[in-house]
Amino acid sequence: MTNWAPLDVLLWCILAHLVTSGVAIPIGRVSWARWPVYGASLLISGVACAYGLMHLIAQSSVAWETVLPLGLPWIGAHFRLDALSAFFLVVINLGGVAASLYGLGYGRHESAPERVLPFFPMFLAGMNLVLLAADAFTFLLSWESMSLASWALVMTHHQEEGNRKAGYVYIAMASFGTLALLLAFGLMAGPDGGYAFATMRADGAPSGLAGLVLGLALLGTGSKAGLVPLHVWLPLAHPAAPSHVSALMSGVMTKVAIYGFIRLAFDLLGPISWWWAVPVLIVGAVTAVLGVLSALMQNDIKRVLAYSTIENIGLIFVALGLALAFQGNGMTAAAAVAVTAALFHVLNHSLFKSLLFFGAGAVLTATGERAMENLGGLLNRMPTTGLLFLVGSVAISALPPLNGFASEWLMLQAILLSPELPQWALKLLIPAVGAMLALAAALAAACFVRAFGISFLGRPRSAAASNAHEVDRISIAAMSILAVLCLLAGIFPAIIIDAVAPAVQTIIGTRMPVQTDIAWLSIVPIAESRSSYNGLLVFIFIAASASLAVFAIHWLASAKLRRAPAWDCGFPDGSPATQYTADSFAQPLRRVLGGFAFRVHEEIHVPLPGNGSPARLIVTVHDLIWEWLYEPLIRLVNVLAERLNHLQFLTIRRYLSLVFGELIILLLILASWT
Amino acid sequence: MDMIDTSLIDGLSIQVSQMLLVLLLSPLLTGLVRKVKARILRRRGPPLLQSYRDLIRLVRKEAIVAESASWLFRIVPYIVFATTWVAAALVPTFATGLLFSWSADLIVIIALLGSARFFLALAGMDVGTSFGGIGSSREAMIATLAEPALMMIVFTLALVAGSTQLSTVAGIMLSPGVGLRVSIGMALVALVIVAIAENARMPVDNPATHLELTMVHEAMVLEYSGRHLALLELSSSLKLLLYFSLIACVFVPWSLAPAGAPLHVHLIGAAVYVAKLGVAGILLAVFESMIAKMRVFRVPDLLGAAFMLGFLGTLLLFVSRSL
Repeated sequence: MTNWAPLDVLLWCILAHLVTSGVAIPIGRVSWARWPVYGASLLISGVACAYGLMHLIAQSSVAWETVLPLGLPWIGAHFRLDALSAFFLVVINLGGVAASLYGLGYGRHESAPERVLPFFPMFLAGMNLVLLAADAFTFLLSWESMSLASWALVMTHHQEEGNRKAGYVYIAMASFGTLALLLAFGLMAGPDGGYAFATMRADGAPSGLAGLVLGLALLGTGSKAGLVPLHVWLPLAHPAAPSHVSALMSGVMTKVAIYGFIRLAFDLLGPISWWWAVPVLIVGAVTAVLGVLSALMQNDIKRVLAYSTIENIGLIFVALGLALAFQGNGMTAAAAVAVTAALFHVLNHSLFKSLLFFGAGAVLTATGERAMENLGGLLNRMPTTGLLFLVGSVAISALPPLNGFASEWLMLQAILLSPELPQWALKLLIPAVGAMLALAAALAAACFVRAFGISFLGRPRSAAASNAHEVDRISIAAMSILAVLCLLAGIFPAIIIDAVAPAVQTIIGTRMPVQTDIAWLSIVPIAESRSSYNGLLVFIFIAASASLAVFAIHWLASAKLRRAPAWDCGFPDGSPATQYTADSFAQPLRRVLGGFAFRVHEEIHVPLPGNGSPARLIVTVHDLIWEWLYEPLIRLVNVLAERLNHLQFLTIRRYLSLVFGELIILLLILASWT
Repeated sequence: MDMIDTSLIDGLSIQVSQMLLVLLLSPLLTGLVRKVKARILRRRGPPLLQSYRDLIRLVRKEAIVAESASWLFRIVPYIVFATTWVAAALVPTFATGLLFSWSADLIVIIALLGSARFFLALAGMDVGTSFGGIGSSREAMIATLAEPALMMIVFTLALVAGSTQLSTVAGIMLSPGVGLRVSIGMALVALVIVAIAENARMPVDNPATHLELTMVHEAMVLEYSGRHLALLELSSSLKLLLYFSLIACVFVPWSLAPAGAPLHVHLIGAAVYVAKLGVAGILLAVFESMIAKMRVFRVPDLLGAAFMLGFLGTLLLFVSRSL
């Protein structure tokens, strides 16, 4: 076993996923099919995760490479495992393990398992393959197989009208993204067709075209990751899939896109120029704020989570942008901090977003509802799911001592290093980016107070919510594992930082100082007098002061407790409709920030006294990006299609003259080219 | 070895005495503000020690919990108290040689307050009443605007001091090289605005109100009683004290005892600290008495101003380290 190269094992894992996928086709409809399929996925992902982790913590700079006689005959299929791939393999297969485990329990309620089971392992295989691919052809093929498998999973419940639209928008955007990547790789490969990554790494981008390649890479990977304005498919498609697939798409697949960007921008494109940071920082910051603002306006709990994914992707791109700025100026130590923050957040987001989607899936199982307006009071009926969802909410809101805070803290430390940058554009841009980061973090907390408060707290707003029951133990186990990991990553950030250091070393050439040697497992990015954070101590402090308070109160105070009707200023109303709803909770923020971002318009109709008709509040929220960018585009495509449609009804003479004319034009072009 | 041991013991004793000091002083501070406000209104006002009596009275009463409340409702007071207390314990009050100052910097302290607020807002929504919801929803709005402003202030201070560690920041502010700077002035104004908003003081919120539609903080804790309410009251006193300590530590750090200073320096530091708190409390009471409460939707303008000031301060420092 030990003399197997890790890369071979990983490739066998991918093959095993594909075999599982093939086996799942004939048995998809039988009731027990989820056991072998998810069981196999669980096992295979576990092995892949372990091998990725082994390669990562071995801290070796060795990159395993192999060429298989697949794909295009004159290239072959190149595969390569370095520390960067290994880190992302860990993230992706950890998500795969959790999703497979959750699927074992959650899959019982699936109405169309034959539409899920074959594609689930294929999706995992596609994502793993992207991380190992080391030539443009294999990369794009894996990328597309990942897109198509996830598209099939989005279309699982295609009978629902919304899901068909989601699938349509998704496949259009995915094709666009692949096109952009295809062009990027085409430019990189140059006229000689150097499609292997090793050739690209050696040659770098052709002179003068680096900016164009970066732009195409940003478009291609950004459309998969959900960068504004290419995010429109994400909040439609991620919620449409079954919940464990939503978790994979949001928590994991977006990370594959980030891997693609890092691989292109930091590794293949050659020496980094500082100005590459400018578009990345702007797009990242806008994505973060717009994503979380949109999340605040949603009523469907899975859409809230999908929009929050957009926010987190924005944060990660901001950190990557900072890294580009530092690296472009040769400030490698600062670049290492920024990249570490980005990779740490990649891991964190995959953990808590999967956890939250599992929680949303549990709510969906228990109540059949995704609309928060119909939930409420679930914490009393589903205490364990509620607690785990709360852990995820605290983590994603970047509150100490959980993991979301640790990575955002590192990001802020990276921002505080940036006044040293010499360029004025960056000096003026980065404070604004920092302000938007702070705004996004605060909005995220508001967003998850709302999501958790409306769904799990208060009184049930529907019969389905008041009759909810706790979900099965396997689902709970999957969520518990992720919640524990969120806590551990939060209180031992030093271990994570050291674990990702080889990946940072691979792309930056240097790493953050070793953290696990520092007393008490503090993290110190630069120097202790500058900044330090100790998640473990903060956690112990909070736990100790809370215990002290509990002890003191129970020693001193009256232990009497009486249950009584709510006080509510003396006028409690029995109807749960008098509670705050998701919409009313968001109203102040909608009014303050939504006027600018969504052109929110509120209209209130109050009938005159004596008129018994109900008062009405009409709120219109505009999705400006959809209305200003996509709708004109769709209209243009429709008009062009309408025009071109006439070509189908021509006479034979016209067709012949068209063919002749085209031939002439092509010959002319060819003649003038040479 | 002896050196390390004595410094450890020193640090620990300073840390513990600070934790007790903030806990014991905070109700007095609230009592002082109430008393001064009453005197300005020509009322006699409650005695200074009334806050302690209130807490003891609340602790002795039975707690009444609404029937629809979940387990979260009962543990939130402990979480809020613990996070606020930890945050308050990490802001240097009379000495900078806190044992655990390196475990958390200014960003962590702010995030700890964010945790407290997160759970308090959840508790407001737990019982399922409209007042709890209104409180939580408005708190979310105020916090969303106040927190970025605070982060910008932190950036400004961190850029001046080259550190986010509060003890280092205080040390740099004490050094003669800092002088008067535009950015620090902006940060001070912004921090005062944020402190007023975060502590639910006038003109953002009225701590004395029980007029339903004007409350924010009081609406969130409306359903609490007995020991739970006592803990929350104590937490909000602690939070007020924390903000005063923060402003004092960063902007008027004189008399802060440095690490390793002899005992009498620490005692002087403590006495001056109490005096600073007294002055700040009186200023707050005077300010609150002079101003009327704002409409809820005017608050974003105020906080937006704080945010812009903080942002400008940061921007100035990005442009030039000496501004």
